[in-house]
Amino acid sequence: MHELGIVFYIIRDVKKVAEENHVGHVSGVVMNIGEVSTIVPEYLTDCWRWAADKEPLLKGCQLKVCTIPAVTRCEDCGEEYGTVRHGKTCPRCGSKNTYLLRGREVEIKEIEVADE
Amino acid sequence: MDPVKVIEIKKSVFADNDQDADALRKELKGKGVYLLNLMSSPGSGKTTTLIRTLNLLKDKLRVAVMEADIDSDVDAIKIKEATGVPSIQLHTGGMCHLDAEMTRQGLDHVDMDGVDLVILENVGNLVCPAEFDTGACRNAMILSVPEGHDKPLKYPLMFSVCDLVLVNKTDVMPYFDFDLEKCREYVRLRNPKATVLPICAKTGEGVEAFAQWLLEEVRNWKKQ
Repeated sequence: MHELGIVFYIIRDVKKVAEENHVGHVSGVVMNIGEVSTIVPEYLTDCWRWAADKEPLLKGCQLKVCTIPAVTRCEDCGEEYGTVRHGKTCPRCGSKNTYLLRGREVEIKEIEVADE
Repeated sequence: MDPVKVIEIKKSVFADNDQDADALRKELKGKGVYLLNLMSSPGSGKTTTLIRTLNLLKDKLRVAVMEADIDSDVDAIKIKEATGVPSIQLHTGGMCHLDAEMTRQGLDHVDMDGVDLVILENVGNLVCPAEFDTGACRNAMILSVPEGHDKPLKYPLMFSVCDLVLVNKTDVMPYFDFDLEKCREYVRLRNPKATVLPICAKTGEGVEAFAQWLLEEVRNWKKQ
């Protein structure tokens, strides 16, 4: 449900870029999706297929997902660690005084078009 | 195979919405209108809490309510009947959240003449509404006792974007393993600046504090 909303945003943005670049058809869209972005890549690609095929610009266009690993930094000891495994608590010093460095991305990285 | 050309974009999907939201906030600031985005799970008591609160506020402020749901208008009718406060219903057309553009379209249907405070009751959902900035001045959420005190751990984003957490249905606390102190601790982990207020919309306990919070917020918003 959430993913479908995101797909509508992606379509809107891609349409805009295509128009600016005078592109008639987009064959691929590459996304950067952070590990803790709350987006399920499989749902995203399923929703994409359903919605993208309704648009002549995007018919058959592949949505590719690059996963960005989530990394948290500890403010007390400076450790940088994997968020998915350890969560909010620093595995080195046990502090909860930590913040997310990356991993929440929902970003359109690039689009692929036929080179005419 | 056709050679492929790559056009680099590198842009957050939320960037346009964030921009729309900032523009809306600025506009509201200019008009002296305070918009509160109220979120929660379905069934946490958003509408009942609003009815209690609006009855406390309606003589002090001019208030309007926007109800957002996937379907039906029961909430908007309930609010109007129980408080007399003007209330409109927005339908999200199957979407699980409101974004800044939808909020703006909703506001176009509100009679804004002299209005100090607009409360947006977002779609009941702890995941998606947290992702989309509506353009509201502040975010608040209701966590009800039967949902459990561990929700800030399970839905971190929701709690990190909220300035106020109302813990509702405190009257049933004896029947659930809800630990208010643990809840406060978990909220603090997600957002050290968030205010936590225990309330009971059914009995009215604590609702005065929420009304007071809103009064001060509106006053500060108009002053700055």
